[in-house]
Amino acid sequence: MLQKYGALKRARAQLLDAGSTDSDAQDPFDVRFETILGPAEAVLAGRKVLLFGTNNYLGLTFDAGCIEQAVAAVRGDGTGTTGSRIANGTYGSHARLERKLAQFLGRRDVMLFTTGYQANVGILPALAGADDYLLLDADSHASIYDGAKLSDASVTRFRHNDPDDLYRRLRFLADRPGDKLIVVEGIYSMLGDMAPLRELVAVKRETGAFLLVDEAHSLGVLGAHGRGLAEATGTEGDVDFVVGTFSKSLGGIGGFCASDLPDFDMLRLASRAYMFTASLPPAVIAGVTQALETLERRPELCADLARNAAHLYEGLAAAGFALGPTISPIISIRLNDTGLAAAFWNRLLQVGIYVNLALPPATPERQSLLRTSVSAAHTPAQIDQAIGAMTSIGLELGVLQDPSERYFSAAQ
Amino acid sequence: MSQENVISVIIDAVRSQGDVPPEICDRITAETNIVRDLKLDSIAVMDFIMELETRFKTVVPLDAIADVQTVGDLATILTRNQATAHETRNSQTDVQV
Repeated sequence: MLQKYGALKRARAQLLDAGSTDSDAQDPFDVRFETILGPAEAVLAGRKVLLFGTNNYLGLTFDAGCIEQAVAAVRGDGTGTTGSRIANGTYGSHARLERKLAQFLGRRDVMLFTTGYQANVGILPALAGADDYLLLDADSHASIYDGAKLSDASVTRFRHNDPDDLYRRLRFLADRPGDKLIVVEGIYSMLGDMAPLRELVAVKRETGAFLLVDEAHSLGVLGAHGRGLAEATGTEGDVDFVVGTFSKSLGGIGGFCASDLPDFDMLRLASRAYMFTASLPPAVIAGVTQALETLERRPELCADLARNAAHLYEGLAAAGFALGPTISPIISIRLNDTGLAAAFWNRLLQVGIYVNLALPPATPERQSLLRTSVSAAHTPAQIDQAIGAMTSIGLELGVLQDPSERYFSAAQ
Repeated sequence: MSQENVISVIIDAVRSQGDVPPEICDRITAETNIVRDLKLDSIAVMDFIMELETRFKTVVPLDAIADVQTVGDLATILTRNQATAHETRNSQTDVQV
């Protein structure tokens, strides 16, 4: 039955071999933290490590208020809801979070999902039916591809961040009946680049398509109030559906879709991932509700995050690493060799820096990435430590040239 | 465009994408299996088809790609969709006139 995974098994073994010959080499896809000390530190294999691969953008997983509310909710409403809201009922806290989030986003309606992944898997098939068209950015997250696969709509990809290619496709489909839904992300999770939302909105307006923006990595990160890329680019009025997650900046788990469209509420009776999953447990709802309140009360968290992102990006760029095109809290070192990336990842862990290893085919242009995510909770000293470690290992492994050699080759 | 011409455009696209060794590109025919013979993974196939969509000024839905096994199958789908594109342009002209 599982023989079909033979090639995958061999590729994994090869990766582990390439990663390190040391006996303490870690499996990049099976990292086991012994203790989580806070949003920026954990214990791994008996050693303290700095966490630079968590998506914990605002560092709220240990926020005292969130913990207090979560504990109170467990005591008050119990550990779980034991069923879906359609079959087993809605708790007051679900409805309160939906209202609060709708208010925060300035939207008429919000639907909660049990994970961010399920938000896309649930909303895309419910929105786009048999006669409709889904137009996905080619670098979309797996949850968007999976949601599209479950939809009866006709699905097409357009070139990543290319409004002209999107326009060409929408023109081609212009006289076909059915609605067209464009799906893009605020910040793309592998390289941290952002959608050219103003240009995409111009295409949407001209062609009469609908637009869904997944703000999973940009909620609590971009915009004066942390509402995401649409807020930052002044395009919220043109975004028909906002998808997001609670498992990154808000430090919990869960997902949502928000919209101003009339009858959006009907999707509660049409989205299978909403109807046939147990709803979020009370503690998670309470923690996320409090995190949203913290975000509203402390906008300086977004400013801290932006400052930390610029600190890490500029430090790594100055060292000579090839990075993504934009400063964002996702900063990836681009490498062309999977074995080299695995070795680099292991060396970083040995000196106490945890980042993510992202490999093809999950990465754009088949690059091997050392993906870091920055948090508002990182101190400048921790970021300097990470830059120092990455630079010295980069030199050691030949990813970076010695600064004097770099000068010499430039002079030649 | 004849199927033969379509296949030569496909071969040219495979060559310029650079994932397939030139000696294999030289042996591509309508019967060549895209995944097995060209050794392209699912993402590479999707990227390759996106390139062809641009060259042929067409749109191939992802579910149609699932049925594509050989270069010949791909040529058929591109030609079929191109025919639709042609009709679309004609019908648009009619409306404008």
